[in-house]
Amino acid sequence: MQIRRERRVPGPLNRYLGAVGVIETAGLTKQYPRVTALDQLDVSVGDGVTGLVGANGAGKSTLIKILLGLIPASSGTAHVLGHDVAAEGARIRALVGYMPEHDCLPADVSASDLVVHMGQMSGLPYPAARERASDVLRHVGLAEERYRPMGGYSTGMKQRAKLAQALVHDPRLVLLDEPTNGLDPSSRDDMLALVRRIGTEFGIAVLVTSHLLGELERISDHVVVLDSGRLLRSSATTDFLHTTGNLLIEVQGRTDADTVLGQALVDAGLRAWPVDGHMIEVEVRDETTRDVVRDVTADLGLGLVRMQERHHRIEDVFREGGAGSVQPV
Amino acid sequence: MSSPSERPGTAAPSAVIHDIGYRPYAGPRLGEGAVARSFFVTGLRNCFGLGRSGRSKILPMGLLGLMLLPALILVGVLVQARTLLGLDEHIVAYSTYPITTQLLISVFVASQAPALISRDLRFRTITLYLARPGRRTTYVLVRLASLTAATALLIAAPLLLLYVGGLLADLPLGRETERFLAALVGAVLLAVCLSCLAAVVSALTIRRGLAVAAVIVVLLVSYTVVTTIQGISTESGNETVGEVAGLFSPYTLINGLQVFLFDSPAATPTPPTSDAIGVAYLVATVVTVLGAVGAMLARFRRVSA
Repeated sequence: MQIRRERRVPGPLNRYLGAVGVIETAGLTKQYPRVTALDQLDVSVGDGVTGLVGANGAGKSTLIKILLGLIPASSGTAHVLGHDVAAEGARIRALVGYMPEHDCLPADVSASDLVVHMGQMSGLPYPAARERASDVLRHVGLAEERYRPMGGYSTGMKQRAKLAQALVHDPRLVLLDEPTNGLDPSSRDDMLALVRRIGTEFGIAVLVTSHLLGELERISDHVVVLDSGRLLRSSATTDFLHTTGNLLIEVQGRTDADTVLGQALVDAGLRAWPVDGHMIEVEVRDETTRDVVRDVTADLGLGLVRMQERHHRIEDVFREGGAGSVQPV
Repeated sequence: MSSPSERPGTAAPSAVIHDIGYRPYAGPRLGEGAVARSFFVTGLRNCFGLGRSGRSKILPMGLLGLMLLPALILVGVLVQARTLLGLDEHIVAYSTYPITTQLLISVFVASQAPALISRDLRFRTITLYLARPGRRTTYVLVRLASLTAATALLIAAPLLLLYVGGLLADLPLGRETERFLAALVGAVLLAVCLSCLAAVVSALTIRRGLAVAAVIVVLLVSYTVVTTIQGISTESGNETVGEVAGLFSPYTLINGLQVFLFDSPAATPTPPTSDAIGVAYLVATVVTVLGAVGAMLARFRRVSA
């Protein structure tokens, strides 16, 4: 018995070469009687994994429902995979998979039966739906439990089943609304890794929402930040994470090692300040800074545990923007 | 699953597991009609507990068995003792059978309408349907069709048994076929009426228990009240009151309609006697069904994704 691995050419490009934009909105506005859920939103989403970040009520779910053609926009336009959401909702829904935020699984049906059925609802013939269902359930990691009624599933298993039904018809884009909601840390990591795989290995464009910023910076190629229905920022994840030009230092050896080193570094003429409890951030002036840190640490007889470049985090976008000073881009 | 590759000439290990990663789907995608058909079949299967948990099969299958049991006994008696008892027709007429077994039919409809309709609302599975290409209208109409077909099957199965048994007992073929076909039309009409009413009631609540109880109350109470009024009106010689009362329960309504349309034997004490009342029965049936379908469409238009 031998196992042979034949992987498709990875990456989304081999399937949608030349695709202009997976999602394009222009001046998209959704006005409810009392609140403005989306305000003049201009967003462009390409292939790969795009994170849609925002606090609860920022308009993430409203945007997804408009993109699916389930609710009409008040004004503005939106195109998904080149189709107009207002006129071609059914066409879009055939090409898109949707994983809702809330519970949506009938308790007395097995994941296997539901995913097959949902595949058929997307137009797959029964034998194909069965084969696809078995494939995607394997990909999301539901093993024997797929044959049990879903009422007895844990939250992690339910999220996997919800994801499987969004993938069964081989969509070109999946809209995942808070896929990590309610998961424990290890299931959360599994789910994020899976989302990343969908966007890269599977070649399916992903729009994934979360109110947890740290999650998305790990798996997204591009991040869109919404705040009260307005676009706060839209850029490649690498832009968010560009280096700050500072070093992060961690030492050990004495209980007050960080304070002692911090003081010594300031005395040596560097700018240094404590961060995250036991670490020190040091501004890099020139190429000798690292040597100075090393020598000062050695002179104090401390052990240098960590010396790394400090990156921006997506949180910083919010910190810089501040709650009151949010400006649409 | 991919098939192991054939290597001609090498007899030795031919078993190869391919881990081919994610495979895109390049096969055919069916249109709206085919999707609606498979949705209908799934709903029909679900009504009898197929494709649901083991426990869900007990009640509908049990009721189907109980529906067939009297028919089986009646056929047995007819075949065995026809000459002895001097029978030349069925002991219970086709058109009377659904009224005799109305309790079973009501329980079936009351248990399965919520399973089919409240369930999608309660678990919000409706979102998954709305996020697919099908329309809301199709969803509602197909759900109604599945429930109707399941109910019609339940009502018609014992009629078929009676028909086949009657032929085995040498009842006249022509007359029996005519009565049986009329009864089939009646079975379908009754199924449409019951399903529509039960669906509307089920769509009003997301609580399954409440929906079950509400449907049972609506069907049983209306039937009991109507038959009581009909009984009193016969006793007091005021039969028109009973004929009008018959409009208010689906069982008496459809039975009266069968009497009016096909001249079937009446199962109620006051079947419609005049054409005017007969037309009223027909109109009441149409209004009930169309009204219920309209109410269902309106209800699901308000369901947010």
